[in-house]
Amino acid sequence: MSTRLSLDPISDLRELFAFPFMVNALEAGTIVAVLAAVVGWYMVLRRQTFAGHTLSVMAFPGAAGAALVGLPTGLGYYVACGGAALFMRRARGSARRSYGTETATIATVQVVGLAAGYLFLSLGNAVLGGTETLLFGTFLGVSRTQVLALLIVAAVAVTLVAVSARPLLLETIDPEAARARGLPVAILDTGFLLVLAAAVAATSQITGALLVFALLVAPAAAAQQLTMRPGIGLVLSVVFALLIVWLGLGIAYFSIYPVGFYVTSIAFALFLAARLVRSIRTRRRAR
Amino acid sequence: MFAHAFVRNAYLAGTFIALACGIVGWFVVLRAQLFAGDALTHVAFVGAIAAAVLGYTELVGLFVLTLAVAVGMGALGRHGQADDAAIGIVFAWILGLGVLLLAILATSASGGSGVTLAHTLFGSIYSLTPGGSRLAAGIAVAVALAVLVAVRPLLLATLDGELASARGIPIRALGIGFLAVLAVVTAESTQAVGALLLLGLLAAPAGAAQRLTASPYGGLALSALLAVLAMWGGLALSYQIASLPPSSAIIGLAGAAYGAATLYARAREG
Repeated sequence: MSTRLSLDPISDLRELFAFPFMVNALEAGTIVAVLAAVVGWYMVLRRQTFAGHTLSVMAFPGAAGAALVGLPTGLGYYVACGGAALFMRRARGSARRSYGTETATIATVQVVGLAAGYLFLSLGNAVLGGTETLLFGTFLGVSRTQVLALLIVAAVAVTLVAVSARPLLLETIDPEAARARGLPVAILDTGFLLVLAAAVAATSQITGALLVFALLVAPAAAAQQLTMRPGIGLVLSVVFALLIVWLGLGIAYFSIYPVGFYVTSIAFALFLAARLVRSIRTRRRAR
Repeated sequence: MFAHAFVRNAYLAGTFIALACGIVGWFVVLRAQLFAGDALTHVAFVGAIAAAVLGYTELVGLFVLTLAVAVGMGALGRHGQADDAAIGIVFAWILGLGVLLLAILATSASGGSGVTLAHTLFGSIYSLTPGGSRLAAGIAVAVALAVLVAVRPLLLATLDGELASARGIPIRALGIGFLAVLAVVTAESTQAVGALLLLGLLAAPAGAAQRLTASPYGGLALSALLAVLAMWGGLALSYQIASLPPSSAIIGLAGAAYGAATLYARAREG
């Protein structure tokens, strides 16, 4: 991107939308932002950030494995992420979330996946440039079919979360109470991990495996710094995610440096700002 | 195979790195800080790129950045631990910086960003120099000794924080200190097993040991033993099978040990 910024907002915006690759990137980014913000809000509340990170890493063996056997890369992402989610859920059994041995399981799944991915790469003699794309994404290389596939996955995932919003919230905050009320706790738990896996697989195709968190954690965590009310929190999370994606893509278009850097930096700044607001608020309340 | 110098170097560094990872990892699992360890491995990788961009040796970049982030995470969190959303955001941002640095590196005269990337991500234990492997072994021994010296207060602070502070143990300082030790292990092992696969040596042997025994000293010893065995076995395997990268072999064995331990523990429970 070596286009100059003319400081005339209308012509700058028109230029942003002039190229199909930029339109695709904005559309894909918008879809992914909404998906990641909604699923991420629950993920942060459930303290499954580490599991989310591990799922995002699974994109690497998924893509490398798919390349090795000649399947489409996108399919590899979903299969590897979904498989890892089911495996982690089974390995945990009935143990509590975010407990010592659970993190050991998650970490082991992650590194075994990575080791497998590295093995697939070396077996397939793939080039290293592919690794960089896998890890850091290609915002600007999104095709029309990819946008459509993202839209379908996002619609299904967000609908699933919306349908089970209340039971999932109760199961997250108080599993015992949820069980007492006869909610299918195990199904909710497994189901959420699978939705998270789908969201991560979709997001990492755009942001790359390592930068998923800019969209999955930062908007949700920032929203939860500001409000603990679920409805407003979810909306706020989506707004933050959209801001991050749109600003990041817009700035990157007029700059020579990668989108990933801008997206993560804006996300980080947003989280810091939200924390600052909260600490000012609590200080004022204490007075 | 020990006739080759590069194999001897790999075994020397690998043995002691595995030993240190096994010991430190046991505490990391017990303190449920694997996500912090995971974040540090990614930070280490960015540190290596930063050093390449700024023209320092890789080791300096690794140590400076991982130590700074470890102490920062410990200081920000309560009780010298960090909460996982904050860890996630911080390390996403540092990776974002890594992307920027990679882009700068790719356009700079030195080039070779792909090689640096693969090297720091997946390690190159078979290309260690004799001096490098001795240094790695020395640091690993120092780290293992540091943890063993503080083993009693660390154990108490981990298992029962209130009792520990009642006895006058500085929990917060201990927590930050432990994260700093973890950072040193990370920085140093990144060179050998790679930033992304190092986590396996921290998690899998320690997780397996905790499934098999509840005794702290037995668990520590078992964890260290499993880590060293995985290292030896992995190195030997990848030496025999040319297309098998050493990191993949080591992690594969460690993961298999963890899986076997889990199944065994489950069968014993009935």
